[in-house]
Amino acid sequence: MTYALELKDLRKNFGKTEIIRGVNLAVLAGERVAIIGPNGAGKSTLFNLISGRFGPTSGQIFLNGKRIDHKEPYEINRMGLSRSFQITNIFPKLSVFENLRCAVLWSLGYKYTFLKFLSGLKDANDLAEKYMDMIRLDKKRDILAMNLTYAEQRALEIGITIAGGANVILLDEPTAGMSKSETTRFISLIKNVTHGKTLLTVEHDMGVVFGLADKIAVVVYGEVIAFDSPEAVRSNPKVQEAYLGTPSSESAIHGLEGGH
Amino acid sequence: MATYTFKPYNVGRWIIWGLFALVLGLAPLVFTSNLSGTMLAQMGIAIIACLSYNMLLGQGGMLSFGHAVYTGLGAFVAIHALNAITAGQSSVPVSLLPLVGGLAGMGFAVLLGFVTTKKSGTPFAMITLGVAELVFAMSLMFSDFFGGEAGISANRVAGTSVWGITFGPQIQIYYLIACYTFVCVALMYAFTQTPLGRILNAVRDNPERVEFIGYNTQRVRYFAFIIAGFFAGVSGGLGALNFEIVTAEVVGTGRSGGYLLFTFLGGATFFFGPIIGGILMVLAFVLLSEFTKAWLLYLGLLFLFMVMYAPGGIASLIMMNLRVASFGKLRQIWVSYVGLLLTALVILIGAAAMVEMVYHLQLNSALGDNLKFMGVPLNAKGLDSWFGASFVMLTGLGMFELIRRQFLTEWSDIQIEIEKEIKRREEA
Amino acid sequence: MEFLIISMLNGLSYGLLLFMLSSGLTLIFSMMGVLNFAHASFYMLGAYFGYTLSKWIGFWPSLIAAPLFVGMCGVLFERLTLRKVHKFGHVPELLVTFGLSYIVYELVQLIWGRTAVEFAPPELLRGAAFTLVNHSLNGLSFVWGVAPLDMCQTTDVTIRLVCSPFPATRGFMMLVALLMLLSLWLLLTKTRIGLVIQAALTHPEAVESLGHNVPRVLMLVFGAGTGLAGLAGVIGGSTFVTEPAMAATVGSVIFVVVVVGGMGSLSGAFLASVIIGVVQTFAIAFDYSFVSVAQNLGWALSGAARNNALLKLTISQVAPILPYLFLVLILIFRPKGLLGTREG
Repeated sequence: MTYALELKDLRKNFGKTEIIRGVNLAVLAGERVAIIGPNGAGKSTLFNLISGRFGPTSGQIFLNGKRIDHKEPYEINRMGLSRSFQITNIFPKLSVFENLRCAVLWSLGYKYTFLKFLSGLKDANDLAEKYMDMIRLDKKRDILAMNLTYAEQRALEIGITIAGGANVILLDEPTAGMSKSETTRFISLIKNVTHGKTLLTVEHDMGVVFGLADKIAVVVYGEVIAFDSPEAVRSNPKVQEAYLGTPSSESAIHGLEGGH
Repeated sequence: MATYTFKPYNVGRWIIWGLFALVLGLAPLVFTSNLSGTMLAQMGIAIIACLSYNMLLGQGGMLSFGHAVYTGLGAFVAIHALNAITAGQSSVPVSLLPLVGGLAGMGFAVLLGFVTTKKSGTPFAMITLGVAELVFAMSLMFSDFFGGEAGISANRVAGTSVWGITFGPQIQIYYLIACYTFVCVALMYAFTQTPLGRILNAVRDNPERVEFIGYNTQRVRYFAFIIAGFFAGVSGGLGALNFEIVTAEVVGTGRSGGYLLFTFLGGATFFFGPIIGGILMVLAFVLLSEFTKAWLLYLGLLFLFMVMYAPGGIASLIMMNLRVASFGKLRQIWVSYVGLLLTALVILIGAAAMVEMVYHLQLNSALGDNLKFMGVPLNAKGLDSWFGASFVMLTGLGMFELIRRQFLTEWSDIQIEIEKEIKRREEA
Repeated sequence: MEFLIISMLNGLSYGLLLFMLSSGLTLIFSMMGVLNFAHASFYMLGAYFGYTLSKWIGFWPSLIAAPLFVGMCGVLFERLTLRKVHKFGHVPELLVTFGLSYIVYELVQLIWGRTAVEFAPPELLRGAAFTLVNHSLNGLSFVWGVAPLDMCQTTDVTIRLVCSPFPATRGFMMLVALLMLLSLWLLLTKTRIGLVIQAALTHPEAVESLGHNVPRVLMLVFGAGTGLAGLAGVIGGSTFVTEPAMAATVGSVIFVVVVVGGMGSLSGAFLASVIIGVVQTFAIAFDYSFVSVAQNLGWALSGAARNNALLKLTISQVAPILPYLFLVLILIFRPKGLLGTREG
């Protein structure tokens, strides 16, 4: 069977430092996987490797059965994978609508054309409107992205990520820096917009993790030490040790047991 | 079920373009002197050049120090083509020569742009400088193409004339330029409304993110570079027709610097900014240089102040004040504007007096030390003249600073009031 | 043979001058992220300040005073102008230095005139540092200073005697450049501030987050970089010519050096400076074109080939474009530069 995303013995060194030390992961289509782990474990590096921001030192990455390691980010994106960034990475001087419209252009096949007017591209405009409604920024249609609030910018970030119609979505700490109420709203937003797609999300907030994920992958020191359902991960002794060091730390166990 | 969308006929757009065409058409009837005629023609050429430059700078975030390479090479190819027409080797009508220049500009952009757009930001700027120097240095090597010291001359009255139009008289060449200006401005504006144009903006804003939405950033820049090269070549071709001579300095770094300076001055963040820049460029080169020998110095200082205090150029200043005016708040601040203007004038007078004295010392010392500046007799070696001039300048500076602080508080108050008004309208 | 040696030394001295300039440029770029478009203008200021100061206090004191004045100008500029645009990003910073280059050019012409000025080297440096005497029978010999007349002239027609002097000014240029290189190396490797600068060359953001990028340090770095340029100006101006166009002639070459060497790499700048300096000096000396070489080798060329503009070009005619050609080649085959480690 073809996995939506498969990592085979993935390694990445920066100089002499091994950051990713042999990661094996196989994600089925439609699965929602949360990637958790202590700081510095290499979660963002994994995302960067998968999305093509840099290439692995060794190992292979397969997207829907096709090799994508060492490909350029735009090649990987065109093959159906899209990612968001932990530090908001939008187009500040374009309006919300324009941001989203840019994100849909390639997937609709418009490529580098300068012979068509944007205003006449009905499918692009309709799609951008649809996503704008989905991320609930329709009231801010013509506001420049740099003038949005932080949470609105994070919403736009996710909007740009999914607008291209990719079926494998990588979200890097989507709720970073949000308040509790904003986070709750965001979880339902993410659930909505990634319906039916394969989702990988790096998260620190356990509430988000347990509310969203079918499976959890625990990354520690550049390796995946567990990849299982939330309950199994919760009771996995290796995971407990990684998070706690030695047995018993009440608050950490509470964290693993679902929600702060 | 059918959905109906309400798309009102955009009257505003037609009015603006209509006015633009009207201004282009009627300008020579209002400004009838010979000098005006040449200046208007040069303005059209400069507008196209600056707009094509802004495709790179303002729309793409690419700072180029070598745009004159493409306008210049377009000019050279066009003038050689013109000579070919005169010699009977070509039957291309003279009116289409700017297109020949455009194709040449585009061709060179295809050739040189691939290497140039491999990098972005500061390295890109340095590469454009290197390529510009390369081409300029080559102009001394290949005198067949570049004409050496004398350049290449031609006669634009060549080939068959259609409807009796020979393009000999200045007025005829002006109208040809005006037509090309209108069409090119319209095309370049249209470009900003296309997918490539918009993605180019995205590349300017966040080149990394663009890669993650499926676009090859370097390709986008390369294509934009080529299109800008086309319009640059058109401008060069028009220049070749207008002046009937092309010398190596049209590919020089001085001219490239001029495009940068004036496009920035006009305003790189709005589409019409470079139009203002092009007009100012011609006014400065033709008129300002007559007033004072130090005009490049003043220009450099003005440019410096613009980068520091108004990086959006004159266009942004106009738009900011239009915004204030649309909320009816301009009357609160116009007194400060007048004050700023007057004190700036005082500073200018003091500084200019000193500059003129220095020039006098340097160049005309044989004529004695006395000179007249704005009707006031000055002694270039006299301490009192120097003291007077610097006193004037420093007083002006002091008062300018006072008024500027006052202006800033008034301006921020107005901005706050406007924000409140916007919020109020949103909620209403 | 002596031609080779002298040319090599000339090329090295020119390359070292380029390095004096490009090292300051690289340091400023690495620490502050701003490419100082006006760097060659500070070079020019150094020459002109040196010219004026040496008329009042002599050459040797002005060798120290002029760079200090230029450094002060740099500090002033950073404080008044560069600092204000720092928050707008790197492009406005580049634009501001671009504007400064215009202003300095015009001011120099305003104060000192549009023609070259006579900036003569001091008595000590006016002659030759050494002379190579090539005697067709006795071989190559070396004489300190200017060779005495009887060593360079002979009435004997069977002996070929060539005296090639190496100018003292060039020798002095190499000396100062090497001293500067040495002190720079010592500074970077043996002092704390040097450690910080080394880190900033490749990882400026990390250095920033460690709290080192204090505005005062930036100001001093800019002043030091421009001061170095001023020093190069005093030497270059007295060795070559001091005129308003001198900034433009050397300006674009040092930008090529910096890109070719790899932006942010001091050793790359050194390598590129020396290569470009030596290649250009040799190229100017050679008067061979493809056509003349072919004729010397006895190849038969068609009439069209003999008149072809490209083939008729002599190497010396091509010399001015060599640095830029080098730039294009590097960009195609090794975009990071010779020794570059940053993407720029």
